[in-house]
Amino acid sequence: MSRTLLKDVAIIGGGLVGSSAALALRRMGFSVALLEKGFCGAQASGVNYGGVRRQGRPPEQIALSQRAHAIWPRLKEIIGIDGEFVSSGHLKLARTEAEMASLESYAARVAELGLDLELIGRSRIRERFAWIAGDVAGASLCPGDGHANPRLVSAAFALAARRAGAEVLEHTPVSHVEKVPEGFHLSAGSGTEVRARFVINSAGAWAGTFAEAFGEPVPLRRIYPSMIVTEPLSVFMNVNIGAEGGGIYARQVERGNCIVGGMRGKPAADLDFSRPTGSGAVTIMNRAAALFPALRNAYAIRFWSGTEGEMADRNPVIGFSRTTPNLIHAFGFSGAGFQIAPAVGEVLAELVRDGESRTPIEAFAIDRFARMDQGSPVGSVPEPLKRETSK
Amino acid sequence: MALLKRLARHELLPVPFILNGEARSGRAGDTVLTAILTHTDELRLSDFSGTPRAGFCQMGACQDCWVLTSDGQRIRACSTVLEPGMNLRTIAEPRS
Amino acid sequence: MSDALRPLIVGAGPAGIRAAQTLVDAGLRPIVVDEAASGGGQIYRQRLVPDNRTPRDLYGSEAGKATALHGTFARIRDRIEYLPHSLVWNVGDKAADVAAGGRTRRLDFSHLILATGATDRILPFRGWTTPGVFTLGGAQIALKSQGCAIGEQVVFLGSGPLLYLVAWQYVKAGARVAAVLDTAPFSAKLHLLRGLPSQPGVVLRGLRYAAELMARGVPVRFGVEPDRIEGETRVEGIVWRERSEKHRLACDAVGYGFALRSETQLADLAGCRFVFDGRDRAWRPERDIAGRTSVSGVYIAGDGAGIAGADAAELAGERAGLALLEDTGVTVDRARIVVLERRLAAINRFRDILEAAFPFPGGWADRVDDDVLLCRCEEISIGQARAAMREQGVHELNRLKALTRVGMGRCQGRMCACAAAEILAAARGQPLEAVGRMRTQPPIKPLPLEIAADGETA
Repeated sequence: MSRTLLKDVAIIGGGLVGSSAALALRRMGFSVALLEKGFCGAQASGVNYGGVRRQGRPPEQIALSQRAHAIWPRLKEIIGIDGEFVSSGHLKLARTEAEMASLESYAARVAELGLDLELIGRSRIRERFAWIAGDVAGASLCPGDGHANPRLVSAAFALAARRAGAEVLEHTPVSHVEKVPEGFHLSAGSGTEVRARFVINSAGAWAGTFAEAFGEPVPLRRIYPSMIVTEPLSVFMNVNIGAEGGGIYARQVERGNCIVGGMRGKPAADLDFSRPTGSGAVTIMNRAAALFPALRNAYAIRFWSGTEGEMADRNPVIGFSRTTPNLIHAFGFSGAGFQIAPAVGEVLAELVRDGESRTPIEAFAIDRFARMDQGSPVGSVPEPLKRETSK
Repeated sequence: MALLKRLARHELLPVPFILNGEARSGRAGDTVLTAILTHTDELRLSDFSGTPRAGFCQMGACQDCWVLTSDGQRIRACSTVLEPGMNLRTIAEPRS
Repeated sequence: MSDALRPLIVGAGPAGIRAAQTLVDAGLRPIVVDEAASGGGQIYRQRLVPDNRTPRDLYGSEAGKATALHGTFARIRDRIEYLPHSLVWNVGDKAADVAAGGRTRRLDFSHLILATGATDRILPFRGWTTPGVFTLGGAQIALKSQGCAIGEQVVFLGSGPLLYLVAWQYVKAGARVAAVLDTAPFSAKLHLLRGLPSQPGVVLRGLRYAAELMARGVPVRFGVEPDRIEGETRVEGIVWRERSEKHRLACDAVGYGFALRSETQLADLAGCRFVFDGRDRAWRPERDIAGRTSVSGVYIAGDGAGIAGADAAELAGERAGLALLEDTGVTVDRARIVVLERRLAAINRFRDILEAAFPFPGGWADRVDDDVLLCRCEEISIGQARAAMREQGVHELNRLKALTRVGMGRCQGRMCACAAAEILAAARGQPLEAVGRMRTQPPIKPLPLEIAADGETA
């Protein structure tokens, strides 16, 4: 079956970024084709940990993160479900005085950015979070942060985009994309040809190929964050838990399952899928039982892992291509894309409509690596090629 | 009231255990599931609707026969051998 | 040669034991890991302690096979590394993770023979989670291993040879069987006559079970469509339809099942390619007649490789053992291989007849009501699953799991995945194979968080 679609925007990758961009673009009146090689939201967007967290992000991400923060409580209105979003707060633990000092310094750095962080000392942690065991030096609480269910949220954004009129094509891998005078020409699975004025490259861990096709190689590698989930237990964990220096993160859903991560998995035989390693999973399980006495007798019923794209500097690429007009990149969220993705979708739609976004994204320019190689600081380059005038 | 009915193995040695605080007796070679369900008719409450469950497959597949020991450990009743003095509790609160 | 080889056999049922024996006879020392306390599998399951029942009491007409198998296992016991009470919860590249007694360790292997067996294939109907409802296999284990009936007035329901076998075993053991409710029409049983020339023993045994049940006054009904279990906290009765007519029978226990489903999780984790088996209505690991899977060094035998029964499992276990030996350059008895493959092929042909005689209840997925529970772990109803198919366009099993939690609970879909696939295929008007199969995630069964790891894992 062959067909040719004519659209304002073609989006490569139906993860949360691509789906939310598709939805935002449709609401602005653009015609959209969303091309997904598998199922929408089945990769990193759907199988990540589910942390909805601003705390811990580098200052340059906070504006974007704050924009997303305003979206999460409105999911029901936007995509029809609340996605099990809970504004539980995010508690980042420090196990040593040095880690506590690091949390304090972070709090100072973002003090003006509206996260309302609360630093909590050793004794107050014991009082307020008696379900955490062991010697915790202190913690930083971001009360407005929380968690949600990635499986549901990502699929719901894609469904909402479809209902809003986006052409959502699953199992349609893009095999070729090229710039033609009037825009772009994409070839995808099942004989699908798409002609579009704009292309958004939101292909996650698979985005590097498309960037490279336009002369923009990026230091993007695959990572496989891996999670364990316990059987349902009575709810004791009332915040989303992280740890300074990493090693463990944990949340408990309303139904009672605890989801705990902190180790990496490995790719499966089919490289598009990954799975946790036995040793990684057992390490997470042991850590969880040691940190949370309520889990001491609990069982893990499932492990999972997802494939994510990580950039060398752990910041995503968001913004216009430096080589190709009307090509926009949004990938490389480095294991921390879930919370900001809905805002990224809006930003991408603004880039298409206005050629710029009201949210600052300069720090995420794709040529930052090339510039660093040349010893030239960020921001001292000519203005990027943003948009061609509409035809 | 008991769910299971003993038809054989009456001759085997009694094995004393405690179920929900009461002294009970099973037989050598009983699984925990048999020992409990020859005295009562449920093992646990389902996690979400809290409806009674009493196992299903008896071969370690369905995971619907988990019970507790007095110190909070979880055991799968159908694949655990009854031992003298076991202090067992059926799950009377969902997700406990 | 043999020093370098470290074959791992998972499962000590008919297939696993025969595979182990074959390797032992060739001078190898396989590791045999099994979840049970002793060998025999579910079909020839042994008591935990001896009692005064004879093998004949326990295994009926199959007593000879059971004692022979147990005898073989006892004989090779000190020439294998046997790990009972042990769960293989993950398989990686040439290594498996094995948990036992609160500890887990990695077992490196050179070859893997999976003999993981099967469980009852379950289709839900209203009340199927009520205390007193067990699978047919569960009802049989209660009797064989534990000397217990699942109730005082037991109804057996479903389709498959096990239905009559278990009912007959109950009657022989002195239990009261209130009825045998066969979901297939009586006419289906006429197919068995086609099997008389090739497998007269099996056919005559089946007919004897049915005849003895009827002779003892056990009502046997055909063309039954289960409607509901009555009773809130335990079984008080069962309601079914025959044609359009409703029937009710008081009982305090129900054993039911619709043939068997293969346990394929480890083959999936080992990376084996799967094929759809129309007769089993399920995806199963692809294998040749010798049990070689698509992964070099990984073999599969018995019901875990597609349902064929205990006799086939013994043959297939031996054949897989011989395949392993052949593949490592050992000279094997070609004549024996010809015999094994001929018998396996004959059983395979006979399976078609059995399937016709004990058919899957066609149309179940169209008729079953929305409020019936589909996933007993996560407590998701058939209506919730259908709503996801209708409203979110779900047409694949893993998507159904992701969006509704069906198959996401403690049992990892063992009890609901077959039914979920049937519902999905029916609701979308797709062939069953098109809805896919649930991907396996380790651990294949629940694992304690506090488990101690001895060294590395797979």
